[in-house]
Amino acid sequence: MTQSLATFGLLVYVIASFLLAYFTSQSTLAFLLFEASLLLLYYAPVSRLVRNGMGGLVLFGLMPILGVINGYYLEVAIQIGIFVALALGLNIVVGFVGLLNLGFVAFYAIGAYFWAIFGSPQANAFIAGGFFPLSPNWFFLFLLLSIAIGALTGLLLGLPVLRLRGDYLAIVTLGFAEVVRALINNLDKPINLTNGPRGITPIERPPLFFKPLLEFFGLEVADAGLYPIYFYFLVVLLVCAIYLITRSLEDSRIGRAWKAIREDEVAAAAMGIPVVRLKLLGFAVGASFASAVGVLFAAKQVFINPESFTFMESIGVLAMIILGGMGSVPGAILGATGVTILNLQLLKGLSLWLNTLRQSGAVWSLPLIGSYALSDLPVQFEPAKYERMVFGLILMLMMIFRPQGILPPRQERRK
Amino acid sequence: MALLELKKVSKRFGGLLALGEVDLKVEDGAIASLIGPNGAGKTTLFNTLTGIYRPDEGEIRFESRSLIGLAPDKITSAGVSRTFQNIRLFAHMTVIENVLVGMHCRLSTSFGEIIWGGKAFQASEEQARRRAMELLELTGLRHRQDEWAHQLSYGEQRRLEIARALAAAPKLLLLDEPTAGMNSLEAQSLMALFKELVGPYVKAILLIEHNMRVVMGISDHVHVLDYGEKIAEGTPEQVRQNPRVIEAYLGQGAWAEHAQS
Repeated sequence: MTQSLATFGLLVYVIASFLLAYFTSQSTLAFLLFEASLLLLYYAPVSRLVRNGMGGLVLFGLMPILGVINGYYLEVAIQIGIFVALALGLNIVVGFVGLLNLGFVAFYAIGAYFWAIFGSPQANAFIAGGFFPLSPNWFFLFLLLSIAIGALTGLLLGLPVLRLRGDYLAIVTLGFAEVVRALINNLDKPINLTNGPRGITPIERPPLFFKPLLEFFGLEVADAGLYPIYFYFLVVLLVCAIYLITRSLEDSRIGRAWKAIREDEVAAAAMGIPVVRLKLLGFAVGASFASAVGVLFAAKQVFINPESFTFMESIGVLAMIILGGMGSVPGAILGATGVTILNLQLLKGLSLWLNTLRQSGAVWSLPLIGSYALSDLPVQFEPAKYERMVFGLILMLMMIFRPQGILPPRQERRK
Repeated sequence: MALLELKKVSKRFGGLLALGEVDLKVEDGAIASLIGPNGAGKTTLFNTLTGIYRPDEGEIRFESRSLIGLAPDKITSAGVSRTFQNIRLFAHMTVIENVLVGMHCRLSTSFGEIIWGGKAFQASEEQARRRAMELLELTGLRHRQDEWAHQLSYGEQRRLEIARALAAAPKLLLLDEPTAGMNSLEAQSLMALFKELVGPYVKAILLIEHNMRVVMGISDHVHVLDYGEKIAEGTPEQVRQNPRVIEAYLGQGAWAEHAQS
């Protein structure tokens, strides 16, 4: 009874928020309400079938429709997807295995540059013959290869730092990320591998293999209009794959061994867990996720440079999983979504609102100050400029009131 | 042929001799105890046995296979598992997960099988859970399977450690002060459990214990350590009468008083 009621209520909410977002296509609030339907879906007491079905409807049906009428929604959704995938990868290393990694962005960068170099004319600089850029058809092969490359670099970082824990490990991983960034920045000479700080462009995008099919159905869409939605689907599929892999690992001997290592390394070894091998595996799996996302990111951006892979990115992803709840898969997803929405929509939305206020020329009469012309509002007062500060404030409040994160790992058995 | 045999095992920490040429045998089917005053080297012996420390000299043979130089996880796979004196559960994992972790080396699903999530993986998980529930039933923790380990009471945590150690399907179970901090009723129920374990669950038990009622009540054989050296062994009755043991526990001259009383 409650189940069917919840299913009905959910359906009403999803459709209502979708229609609201559809008809007020510039409203941030409406879009936020629509995004919240996924969160509701997670909490609602509905059957697995309903949950998966409605999740699929929202992600694969309604969201793309909204994206067609407002391209910015799609951009936000793609960004969210990228960060969710990164957060899920980092959650394995930090949340499951308990190894504080402050240089996670390095693997993301390695994946991105992997495709950027070969998917652009850049590789001609050191491989003669003019084979490059590779045709878009190579994209998917490189996506697969990047998983191996990521895993390999994860192992390379993991091997020397296995004996380190806590602060020491954090410093070394931070250093590793800086080394990678410095290499990217400086490997434009003697052989031009990365084109240094100027970055690489144009990077090939994935092949539009389904275009003949669309044309067959009489749909003529310009490539420019097709790519955002194409990337959206690619990101969603990648996130789904990463999510499923993470979930099955979590509830297996491997995931349990990771958590045991996090809790007590000595006891874990005494219980028959090969600690070294599992730590390396954790590093490799996390890194391969980041690296695969990197390939997608490079193809989506068409242009990348070292600026996209700074220390702040690593910290940002770490903050997402701290906010969401360390070691919790739903937490990592919620954290990544929340922070991305905060950055891309809420703060920007507030800035826009302040701007319209300023331009409205209204005069407020305030206590103590007296009358105040809103056009005098200083430009420095824009919330978008305080992104990091607002963010830090939220983190501080979280640490005081809910240190375990918004959605900490749940203890009941998952079905 | 003894299940476990130590020959002249020594371990030094700098100038301190923690274990000096200790000989020890645990026979198949037996409950053996290791006693001695604080700092006698009992836990060091356990740590040496389980690969946390490497002995400086001597031989350790388990089922006539040398354990020296093996990593802790390999020793557990070989069939020796243990509990800890200061409880070392995986606090932020559930009770049943703690037991499942203990099964790690007995499950063989590969990385690929787990990601694929096919029938083999499902069956192995199902079987592991069933076995874990059996062990929780045995240790009286069945109703607490989904609690966080740190939410258990002290006595329950000790029992969970035993269930976790049993999950590795050991032939030899090492228990480090299993009844520490328990009242006599709890200690008695544990003693009954230990007797039940030998045979169907493990081949032998070696336990460190300070509670003499437990030691005398269930041991087939008692080994006494003092300052890293083995000073006596025998049946509980023999050890109880041994002057060196009384001296080690109660100090010089105590033997004479003991004899008078």
